[in-house]
Amino acid sequence: MTDSKYFTTTKKGEIFELKAELNSDKKEKKKEAVKKVIASMTVGKDVSALFPDVVNCMQTDNLELKKLVYLYLMNYAKSQPDMAIMAVNTFVKDCEDANPLIRALAVRTMGCIRVDKITEYLCEPLRKCLKDEDPYVRKTAAVCVAKLHDINAQLVEDQGFLDTLKDLISDSNPMVVANAVAALSEIAESHPNSNLLDLNPQTINKLLTALNECTEWGQIFILDCLANYTPRDDRESQSICERVTPRLSHANSAVVLSAVKVLMKFMEMLPKDLDYYGTLLKKLAPPLVTLLSAEPELQYVALRNINLIVQRRPEILKHEMKVFFVKYNDPIYVKLEKLDIMIRLASQANIAQVLAELKEYSTEVDVDFVRKAVRAIGRCAIKVEQSAERCVSTLLDLIQTKVNYVVQEAIVVIKDIFRKYPNKYESVIATLCENLDSLDEPEARAAMIWIVGEYAERIDNADELLESFLEGFHDESTQVQLQLLTAIVKLFLKKPTETQELVQQVLSLATQDSDNPDLRDRGYIYWRLLSTDPVAAKEVVLAEKPLISEETDLIEPTLLEELICHIGTLASVYHKPPSAFVEGSRGVQHKRISGNAVSGESVESPDNGSAAGVTEAPPAVIQSHGDLLGDLLNLDLTPPTTTGPPPPSSSGMQMGAMDLLGGGLDSLMGDESEPLGGDLGGNPAMGAGFGGPPAVMPASFNAPVGGGLDDLFDLGSGVGMPMGAFNPPKTVWLPAMKAKGLEISGTFVRRAGVIQMEMNLTNKAMSVMTDFAIQFNRNSFGLASAGPLQILTPLSPNQSIEAALPLSTVGPIMKMEPLNNLQVAVKNNIDVFYFSCQYPISMLFVEDGKMERQVFLATWKDIPNENESQFQIKDCHLNSDAASNKLQSSNIFTIAKRTVEGQDMLYQSMKLTNGIWVLAELRVQAGNPNYTISLKCRAPEVNQCVFQNYESVLKN
Amino acid sequence: MIGGLFIYNHKGEVLISRVYRDDIGRNAVDAFRVNVIHARQQVRSPVTNIARTSFFHVKRSNIWLAAVTKQNVNAAMVFEFLYKMCDVMTAYFGKISEENIKNNFVLIYELLDEILDFGYPQNSETGALKTFITQQGIKGQTKEEQSQITSQVTGQIGWRREGIKYRRNELFLDVLESVNLLMSPQGQVLSAHVSGRVVMKSYLSGMPECKFGMNDKIVIDKQGKGITTDETAKSSGKQSIAIDDCTFHQCVRLSKFDSERSISFIPPDGEYELMRYRTTKDIILPFRVIPLVREVGRTKLEVKVVIKSNFKPSLLAQKIEVRIPTPLNTSGVQVICMKGKAKYKASENAIVWKIKRMAGMKESQISAEIELLPTNDKKKWARPPISMNFEVPFAPSGLKVRYLKVFESKLNYSDHDVIKWVRYIGRSGIYETRC
Repeated sequence: MTDSKYFTTTKKGEIFELKAELNSDKKEKKKEAVKKVIASMTVGKDVSALFPDVVNCMQTDNLELKKLVYLYLMNYAKSQPDMAIMAVNTFVKDCEDANPLIRALAVRTMGCIRVDKITEYLCEPLRKCLKDEDPYVRKTAAVCVAKLHDINAQLVEDQGFLDTLKDLISDSNPMVVANAVAALSEIAESHPNSNLLDLNPQTINKLLTALNECTEWGQIFILDCLANYTPRDDRESQSICERVTPRLSHANSAVVLSAVKVLMKFMEMLPKDLDYYGTLLKKLAPPLVTLLSAEPELQYVALRNINLIVQRRPEILKHEMKVFFVKYNDPIYVKLEKLDIMIRLASQANIAQVLAELKEYSTEVDVDFVRKAVRAIGRCAIKVEQSAERCVSTLLDLIQTKVNYVVQEAIVVIKDIFRKYPNKYESVIATLCENLDSLDEPEARAAMIWIVGEYAERIDNADELLESFLEGFHDESTQVQLQLLTAIVKLFLKKPTETQELVQQVLSLATQDSDNPDLRDRGYIYWRLLSTDPVAAKEVVLAEKPLISEETDLIEPTLLEELICHIGTLASVYHKPPSAFVEGSRGVQHKRISGNAVSGESVESPDNGSAAGVTEAPPAVIQSHGDLLGDLLNLDLTPPTTTGPPPPSSSGMQMGAMDLLGGGLDSLMGDESEPLGGDLGGNPAMGAGFGGPPAVMPASFNAPVGGGLDDLFDLGSGVGMPMGAFNPPKTVWLPAMKAKGLEISGTFVRRAGVIQMEMNLTNKAMSVMTDFAIQFNRNSFGLASAGPLQILTPLSPNQSIEAALPLSTVGPIMKMEPLNNLQVAVKNNIDVFYFSCQYPISMLFVEDGKMERQVFLATWKDIPNENESQFQIKDCHLNSDAASNKLQSSNIFTIAKRTVEGQDMLYQSMKLTNGIWVLAELRVQAGNPNYTISLKCRAPEVNQCVFQNYESVLKN
Repeated sequence: MIGGLFIYNHKGEVLISRVYRDDIGRNAVDAFRVNVIHARQQVRSPVTNIARTSFFHVKRSNIWLAAVTKQNVNAAMVFEFLYKMCDVMTAYFGKISEENIKNNFVLIYELLDEILDFGYPQNSETGALKTFITQQGIKGQTKEEQSQITSQVTGQIGWRREGIKYRRNELFLDVLESVNLLMSPQGQVLSAHVSGRVVMKSYLSGMPECKFGMNDKIVIDKQGKGITTDETAKSSGKQSIAIDDCTFHQCVRLSKFDSERSISFIPPDGEYELMRYRTTKDIILPFRVIPLVREVGRTKLEVKVVIKSNFKPSLLAQKIEVRIPTPLNTSGVQVICMKGKAKYKASENAIVWKIKRMAGMKESQISAEIELLPTNDKKKWARPPISMNFEVPFAPSGLKVRYLKVFESKLNYSDHDVIKWVRYIGRSGIYETRC
């Protein structure tokens, strides 16, 4: 019997004919006709006109025919909702059929018909099927709940199906359990906050039991669900790991990868010194390697995941370099991924082999692959110092092949090698110069120009070479233009006599004939600099550049952490969080590695040193652009001759915008005497900010800075303000996500008259942090650090350090909104980060704030009434004496107490560090939890703050 | 989960289209055709994202299978499912071709309805599926039969049905290995590994409990430490091998393997793959290829290749083929070989040298002169590696089957009544020597 004939009906009047056949009396003919309809449907023809005729065929004993009709229904019911109702009866009847296969078929199909009227009828049959005696029906019904939820979530909740579904997790049949888990996981995803899955040790135990018994697909559902669980402690974590590890030997790669996900996640909970931890690490390598003998598509998925795993835990695969060697017949997507991993695993131990391989690859056919291989050689040189020389000579060999794209790629990476090892390999410059003419890609041209400029003094005809580029200046890409400008300025500073004309030419090209603001601005800076102070110009432009770090294109740690939680899924293939490619609410919740994820683990391997490095924004292999900005930075730090904000700040700001507070704050942080930026290197924002003269606060500053942050601090202040003995918990001021891995939490305390800022600095990045410094923006009460930030030891990854910073109140003053807002800049070797926090105003109440009674009365009268503010403090259950005592510990002193008609009146005073007195009248009525407070002060702005302070003191 | 599944022919015409999720529309069918099948470039990734829709595809001969989704699905699972889908189709109607798919489209829809529910893969074991999805239509089933089907489909032993009976209980074990090698021109092994499979054909009655044993180093070392029984004394004399990693068919009790390293299972009926394994240590490389390429001026190459067989002289290797790549600008080739036949195949840019049989510890040689057309192509010839194909009657990893015991307590046959056959075949995987 061949069915292919159904595909070949292209006659006219086909629909009409089919209609006749569908209504035929002969069963065989009917079936034939339905098959024809389905074939037409498949190729995309519209056969919805036949709806009533097809539905008429539904009442049949022939299961095959029934299935075909159902298939048709699923496709067209939506377009013919009224007609679809005709089918309901049959469905309901089928759900009662004696044959479990038919019951399941009916409930399965009904769930796929997305017509409201039908879903109403679905509820009763579904309820029965969920409790059917046959597991086949139950497992189908479980999935049907997810279908129904997709159509009408409210209905599912109202009908209580979710509870029934939860009960199915305890079903005796493993496949029912697996499907229930799958359905619940999906439903839970669209309700991120619901406690739907409610994973607890008992359910976990059930899942782990089912794991051993269900189908390979069921195992995947269960493992993916397990990965969302957070074990209570390391013991539970270990016991789950022990029961999941056998899955690593499953033939199904998806089971293996999902098991790897669970293990990678739960491993974070285990103490590193545990024997089991080491065993687990060893067990992970072989299955990962085995994945590479799967079909190419799966290899690709595996390699993308291994790329993540290697970044997170390089120790797992460090001895398995060979398996990532590229095979001649690998598909290109496998080749490119393997290459990436090879570089990540390259170390001193295996570099010889890796280099030999890379050289082999660079003679292959695929251009992308060859380019990547050449680039990889350069990355090896930067990563493994001992190999640099060999890498350079390999690159030179490749340049000799004269294959155009190989040469260009090689030059780009050689530039980076120069940056990493200055004054070591400059002998090759001559060879590079020979290839000047063959460079036609902007990146390669820019790299070459950089080299010529940087080493102008060693290249006899540097001026000629650069001049040759100038001819087509306006046809070059921006990258090349900027580089050319800098290179010629460098050349001029090195050989001023011969190149004056050239430099004038390029400056006028850049400033007068160009529409590009970046180019123009940079041109002007050089121009001004050269004309004002050539010596300074030399110091700036020819300053020593910071070395580039070894590891490039690492995934940012917080993203990596999230991706590890998504091992095996599309997110791990794209290396993007699900929210980047999934629409709607689904999958938007961010997953995090739980538990003590931060407690220094990724560092224990000796290999990891190489994996460390600057992690996010500062491009490690510095592009020509960044390099120039580097020059600009140094510019700003030189003598304060600038009048007004310097022009480079525009480009500086762009970079600064990556920081959490954006450019606006940068210019506010000005304090020209602070040499913070000196050793900073590559961050122009910093340079621009700190180098510039103290700017006038722009009006716009009062606007909330970064909504998210504000929320955070509101939260922080809600938690409570420190009062005398009461020290509020530290709140996170600077989340690691926004500060390249540096997390700062802190609080303020006043002890024995000394204000201290107590901070907890945590390094959540992969590299060591050093050179900490802190500075405040001007603020309402002149808070300033009384000493340097005492962090003497470098902060290793995943380490935390406590720091207490004594504060003085003699700093520059500027009114902030809110009054107690403090803007802080913290710097380390990576970057400068900005955050703002609010300090409790009681910190500023001095110990001698008790006013004489007489003076109090006089002052109270003296302060005009419009300066008085009244507030309500609600829900406070202290009596007046207790309140008075409590307040006293925060240097709020009670001067007198009066009782009128059962109402206690407390008269209180406090004095701020800047000498401002605040007077208060607190009325406490016995039995009434609401206090009334009147505040009087010559500077009424503080009233709001003082009130908040009252509130938090009394309530803590 | 999987939102839809499409099958296309090489022209991009849809042969099968099954949509599981509402978020996948008909336009997805066209998007894949336009962006992937009709794309000018070579496929750069098996996963493609077009307008926030992800497409996973695999190709079988000239048929494209594509799974579509808009969610963050388990990518590994989707590919495993697509492979499984191919296996199931092959088991039902043979080769996956346009004709076969068109001929069986009703069946395929029926299968897709069963093995994928709302995009969630369900039981996809052919053994189970064949009990209730048949091309002959549904036979009248009794109630017992029905419940037997459903309990098998959902059960713990979904791969085997009850009540199987054979007059003769028989099983065949094939140890199939593919040996992979990458060797430098100087004869240094750059990488070598064996990926092996143990394929079992079982014709056993009832629900037999099987136990499989091989010369796995870990097991033998463990036994060696214990009291030396006769059996272990014998086996410890034999060489044991170190297995890097192995994976098992889902019938094998993994937790038992993890704790005791014993391989026990109830096998599916008929042919299936019991395990896969990988070894990298002490591999017997059956052949050594010694290349010698000399460029004589710009228009001539001299190639000499020696192959040496490296196994017991009593064994015979078969289907030996050596493929020596030639440059694209080859104009003519003269070949002399001592054994077998050699031919220059211009369309494949290679000299193919075939030898039917070759005993162990022998040596053979081919020499060729390759004439080149002068070109001004700057790019050097990439010199692809010399590859080899062969088949040998032993396992290059050194793996030996020690036992396969069968226990069936309910039926009256014992391990001794089962006729067992074991066969070892070693084939070349990617067996390359750079020149």
